[in-house]
Amino acid sequence: MIQLEISDKHQETFNNAMLLAEHMMRPYSRKYDKEEHTYPTEMDEVVKLLAGGRSAGSSTGGASAAESSAVVNGGNMAAVIGLQALAWGDLGLFLGMPANGLGNAAIQAVGTLAQREKYGTSYAAMCITEPGTGSDSANIATTAVRDGDEWVLNGEKIYVTSGQWADTLVVWATLDKSLGKAAIKSFIVEKGTPGCEVTRLERKMGIRASDTAAITFSDCRIPADNILGSAELAADAEGRKKAFGGVMQTFDNTRPPVAAMALGVGRAALDLASELLTEEGVSPDYNRKPCNVSAVEAELYRLEAEWEGARLLTLKAAWMADNKQPNSKEASMCKAKAGRMGNRVTLRCVELCQSLGYSESRLLEKFARDSKIIDIFEGTQQIQQLIVARRILGKSSSELK
Amino acid sequence: MSSSHPDRLFDLTRTDDQRMSHESMQRFADSEIRSIARSSDEAGAPPVGFYDKTAELGLALLSIPEALGGAGMERSPVSSVLNIEDLAKGDLGLALGAVSPQAFVNTLIDQGNDAQREQYLPLFCEGTFVAATTALMEPRAMFDPTELHCNAIEEEQGYVLNGIKCMVPLGMDAQLTLVIARLKGQGNAAFIVEGTPQGMIRTEESNMGLRTLQLATIEFTNVRLPLEARLGHDEFDLQRFIDLSRLGIGALAVGTCQAVLDYVKDYVNERVAFGEPISNRQSVAFMVADMATELEAMRLMVWRAASLAEQGLEFHRPTYLAHVACGEHAMKIGTDGVQLLGGHGFCREHPVEMWYRNLRAIAILDGVASA
Repeated sequence: MIQLEISDKHQETFNNAMLLAEHMMRPYSRKYDKEEHTYPTEMDEVVKLLAGGRSAGSSTGGASAAESSAVVNGGNMAAVIGLQALAWGDLGLFLGMPANGLGNAAIQAVGTLAQREKYGTSYAAMCITEPGTGSDSANIATTAVRDGDEWVLNGEKIYVTSGQWADTLVVWATLDKSLGKAAIKSFIVEKGTPGCEVTRLERKMGIRASDTAAITFSDCRIPADNILGSAELAADAEGRKKAFGGVMQTFDNTRPPVAAMALGVGRAALDLASELLTEEGVSPDYNRKPCNVSAVEAELYRLEAEWEGARLLTLKAAWMADNKQPNSKEASMCKAKAGRMGNRVTLRCVELCQSLGYSESRLLEKFARDSKIIDIFEGTQQIQQLIVARRILGKSSSELK
Repeated sequence: MSSSHPDRLFDLTRTDDQRMSHESMQRFADSEIRSIARSSDEAGAPPVGFYDKTAELGLALLSIPEALGGAGMERSPVSSVLNIEDLAKGDLGLALGAVSPQAFVNTLIDQGNDAQREQYLPLFCEGTFVAATTALMEPRAMFDPTELHCNAIEEEQGYVLNGIKCMVPLGMDAQLTLVIARLKGQGNAAFIVEGTPQGMIRTEESNMGLRTLQLATIEFTNVRLPLEARLGHDEFDLQRFIDLSRLGIGALAVGTCQAVLDYVKDYVNERVAFGEPISNRQSVAFMVADMATELEAMRLMVWRAASLAEQGLEFHRPTYLAHVACGEHAMKIGTDGVQLLGGHGFCREHPVEMWYRNLRAIAILDGVASA
């Protein structure tokens, strides 16, 4: 039955996360925006509370998923709903939290039982991007060479979220560059392994509470078992294509959560801007047609509409994942729409509130700086458009480049 | 959001009934609507007998009580928007014409009194098309449905109606017209106007688009209506009427935009320039991707608002936002549809220019196609 309100259980998840966001994250937003690269000790408590909530939530989630063919509102939906709230609190602080990142998602998705037990809930960071390789992640140059019972890694990784504080790294490396993307595998590297070194922390426009590190691997030796997935190289081109496709599919699960980050930051800006505009007597009542109201009011309606559209696309993508429907197109749609919405909404809210929006005395300018990265990481706007376009038009990546 | 709905789950699955009518509506839109859309646009009217065919779909009688000859199904704004969406894939104007009687019927069920229901609803259960419609809009710049100029004065024997309504679907032929007006001293009211009483003048409009629909401007000069003509007993719930209509208008937008996307998708894949299909170019492909993305967002917003209405929950704000989104993005999809076909899109041999003209109406229409 078509019904687009979230379940009571998920509403509770949201409400609880909003409490944490409002009282335990937002008060430190400005502090760690100013004190870039300082460890936000206040978040340790939030992480503990979240971990408790997660283990409580996952047991009941599993039970409902087991019930025959009924519709499921499960973990993927809970993730985007909770994440929206935490990103409303503070995107940077959220991104810096252990066990919430892409590294954990990868280990959970493709790790063996032993790997999941050992590293699944560790503080895991993901190392994909290199100085010469961004969106074209099939082109990475970091190498992994088998030497006895070990893999030897060499290369440089950049833009590693939480690379500084993480204790586990998931590193993409190639077994043989000449074989292209088929030879790309991911490896688990424990921080502190000789040869693995954090060389730099980026100084960024936004999400300053989240560290972004450059990490080099120089003859870094890890146990042979630390490869994620099979070490085999598929014999034919078809098999190799499939293997990389599997790696990339991790993103289908992580794009809706990133879209949810844009929902959180966008909502934060809308909430704050509405508050400031109310003080000036602007009170949107959703009554007269948008062309018959003041420009400010009309703009608020448009921004709210954009936000709502992005929210529903995100819920749909997560709902499809919960119900085991392939959602690659929808995951990219929600990331594309939410990414550009978050940026547009936050920038317009700054403009609507004029000097108050631009001033560091409020948080609107910070939201506008933070929002930009959401339209870039986990696949830029343009990469999402490519994916959606290829699906709609039935094009291969060699036809639509 | 604190009210409790223990079994409520987010779900995008159609019911079995909705799946079945999805198939039949799509079939009807393909074979009976799309096929005559262009010729009707040129002729400024559908072929004779078109609306009688739509009567076979039985849309108007679905929620009429069995005692009055209807199907007696529960009012379902969700099913309504799904049906309208499918029909509009054939043609926006013809779809709107086909569901105009439903708007009259739904409003009567919603806000009429028993006597009115018993008098009028059986007419719609005889298997023939009854030209019934709703008249809300008025011809002036900055028109807003919250401020109607058309007015009625109550007298001992009935009402006297004055004012001008425009963009009235089926307005030239309607046997029954529900006219929304200000009732002096009593707020908004709706009046059932039968046929063409003295002082009521219908003029066929000629608009940029929706030419298949034969929209009419109707002028009322001291039109006298009996006391029973006033819908219901209390003040007319104009907000609810407008909101339900905006669900229908949103569905019209979604269906038409789906037609644009499907058409453009095939065209850019087939059209070759510089030695390869133009869809191999990002500037083209990204426009198609954005169309698909915004269309899906529009659809989900309309569905959500309709579902809230169906559950008897507050649906005003979500409806307003869906209307804003559809008004903006439907036009963008319409204009991009023409753009992607280039000069061919500007010529009438392709339907995209017609969709462009029709979609301009989405942000303007109000008070029609009530879900």
